Amino acid sequence: MHGFANPKRFLALAGWLTPASLIAGIVLTAAALIWGFALVPPDRLMGETVRIIFIHVPTAWLGMGGWTAIALSSLVYLVWRHPLAAIAARGAAVPGLVFTLVCLVTGSIWGRPTWGTWWVWDGRLTSMLVLAFLYAAYIALGQAAEREGVSSRIPAIFGLLGAINIPIINRSVVWWNSLHQPPSITMGKSAIDGVFLAPLLAAVIGFSLIFAGVVLARMRAILADIQADARLRRQALEAD
Amino acid sequence: MKAKHQRLVLVVLALIALVGASLLAVYALRNQANYFYLPEQIVAEPPEPGQAVRLGGMVEAGSLQKLADGVTVTFAVTGRDNSRIPVRYAGILPDLFVEGSGVVAEGRLNSGGTFVADNLLAKHDENYVPRELEGMSEHQAAEMAEDTTVGLE
Repeated sequence: MHGFANPKRFLALAGWLTPASLIAGIVLTAAALIWGFALVPPDRLMGETVRIIFIHVPTAWLGMGGWTAIALSSLVYLVWRHPLAAIAARGAAVPGLVFTLVCLVTGSIWGRPTWGTWWVWDGRLTSMLVLAFLYAAYIALGQAAEREGVSSRIPAIFGLLGAINIPIINRSVVWWNSLHQPPSITMGKSAIDGVFLAPLLAAVIGFSLIFAGVVLARMRAILADIQADARLRRQALEAD
Repeated sequence: MKAKHQRLVLVVLALIALVGASLLAVYALRNQANYFYLPEQIVAEPPEPGQAVRLGGMVEAGSLQKLADGVTVTFAVTGRDNSRIPVRYAGILPDLFVEGSGVVAEGRLNSGGTFVADNLLAKHDENYVPRELEGMSEHQAAEMAEDTTVGLE
């Protein structure tokens, strides 16, 4: 663990892992979406609308997974003070927000023909919207901390606090009566027919690889930023 | 105790307090955060006639009737036990509205105990089944799924 916390070793690893993960992710996602949109039969009740699941479910899981990554990285940063952990948390914020927004928009497009409404304030939809707001707040807080030169500990504490929303999103359809259906995929069981499940799992892996590639690319950009800043400061000191 | 151990203990204590506070909040919200009431909840604690509420449950099989005016339908919504609430609705039915499937009705109880809905939302359940499997026996459907699924050996 300490080995990978070394920025130099991380950069060497990320140098090839970033393009590898992005390319594999894009190829796999494209294949899964072609499979899901062209080769899978329509659903018994929903008809063609069912195909939205191949974008909606992976982005929903990754929206929640992104904040889980922020929370774990924040914990590592707060306790062990690894600077790379704070950078990982910042790197996951923007892709997490984008995936959460894609999940909300695709869900809304699916809800209109299926439920008969674009939006309702039930437990699942509301807690997912709260997640999008938490991401936006976290990004703003991180940028403000950087600009004002405040410690990254404040965004890290916020990242840890916000994690409480993740189990609420997950359990919202079980604890409360909601318009959103209960989970289709639980430990070892699936209420989704294999015809839909196989391309769905392929899309989940593909989108996850894209997510990981974007996080790595953002971490490299943040590290490069920090190095450039340090070099400029050193040159300014030498010029005096 | 090293500084990082102190920080670990502090963070863990803070997380326990946070989870505890959230569980209390969720427990207190249990009845307020429901999107709709089940028929048994309406039977147990009927809302005032005329008060806007949402009723959710299953459309009872065989209960759906179209009235003579052509736009009004009546049906019964059932819950997890035997309670059922008669519903009347005039308007366009959502595509997924069928007997034996979930529905959420927005409206109010009238003094006769009938739920008069202003709006119906179809509730989709967690099952996703392709069209050609409909009406097959479970065994046939499983075989069909096996044949048509690629790459999931």
